[in-house]
Amino acid sequence: MNNRSRKEKQMCTMIATSTVVNGVGKGAEGWFPITRATVAYDHSTHGNADHALLLDFANYDRGVDARLAIELDLASSKALLNDLQAAIEAAETVSAPRPAAG
Amino acid sequence: MWNNFRTDERLGVSAETITFPGGNDDAIHAYVAQPIAGGQVPGIVAVHHAPGWDEFYQEFSERLSRHGFTVICPDLYCRFGHGTPDDVAAKVRSQGGVHDDRVIADCQAASRWLRSLSTSNGKVGIIGTCSGGRHALLAASRVRDFDAVADLWGGGIIMSPDQLSPARPVAPIDFTSQLEAPLLGLFGNDDHAPSPEHVDIHEAELKKFGKNYEFHRYDGAGHGFFYYHAAAYRHEQAMDGWSKVFAFFDKYLKA
Repeated sequence: MNNRSRKEKQMCTMIATSTVVNGVGKGAEGWFPITRATVAYDHSTHGNADHALLLDFANYDRGVDARLAIELDLASSKALLNDLQAAIEAAETVSAPRPAAG
Repeated sequence: MWNNFRTDERLGVSAETITFPGGNDDAIHAYVAQPIAGGQVPGIVAVHHAPGWDEFYQEFSERLSRHGFTVICPDLYCRFGHGTPDDVAAKVRSQGGVHDDRVIADCQAASRWLRSLSTSNGKVGIIGTCSGGRHALLAASRVRDFDAVADLWGGGIIMSPDQLSPARPVAPIDFTSQLEAPLLGLFGNDDHAPSPEHVDIHEAELKKFGKNYEFHRYDGAGHGFFYYHAAAYRHEQAMDGWSKVFAFFDKYLKA
């Protein structure tokens, strides 16, 4: 996924960020292109917490419901962030250009 | 007061989704709840919260209506498309929310729609929770279409410069001098948005300009303590809060 544009957004808690991304996601009707990711901390729609980290992966060109939604507590979010960071660093290591021989 | 009706009264509300001319004369949806008993009654504009034009707000509107008000709850997200409330709210969230001016225009149009009813007594209040509380206060401060306003734990009344955005260019507290309607505020002391310190600052500003307001602050309650569908619900504080809402609107809209 690429950070082609990044905008700070504001909702009730005023904690929301939306980013144009390039990827795919699998929903109820199969795989579809993902064009926008939004990260927020706001009211939880489901779960026992009042608030949650809200992750939305969407393609609104395909309709309002073309969205993969995840709500996480903060501890899980931090663990996920660590795993994402570690995976990205490892990926960049293995995909880095090899130095020329000799 | 809740559960204080006479058992020989004609009771009930009718409620449905309508399409009405919102701000800019755009045709938008609204949920309308009206008492069936007839007579001249006040109106209330219910301003939904960030999670969307949802089932809670349908029931919120019906409860208010059951106490003698015609209630209209405009779908502030109507222009973003249609789906389940959480899907629509997510799309709005991804786009930075609805512009304050558009919300005010829709609320003003809703007030005028209420006053146009043959059953109107000529008075209209406005109420909202969470971002809806902020919007309700903002609307009542910027236009003269409301006779009373209730802000239930609206966050973002006070905003730091880095919190201002294209959709929210001015903090509502900056319009305090323009507020003419009496204000009811309900807040949980465990809330972070607004925090008790934010409520203190807001109250100081209201006092500075000699505004008519009453604030009630609840221990043991955080954000959204009316939300019986969520972990935030606090029944004792919520029922007392509802009694404050009914008394406030009775005083300023039915007298």
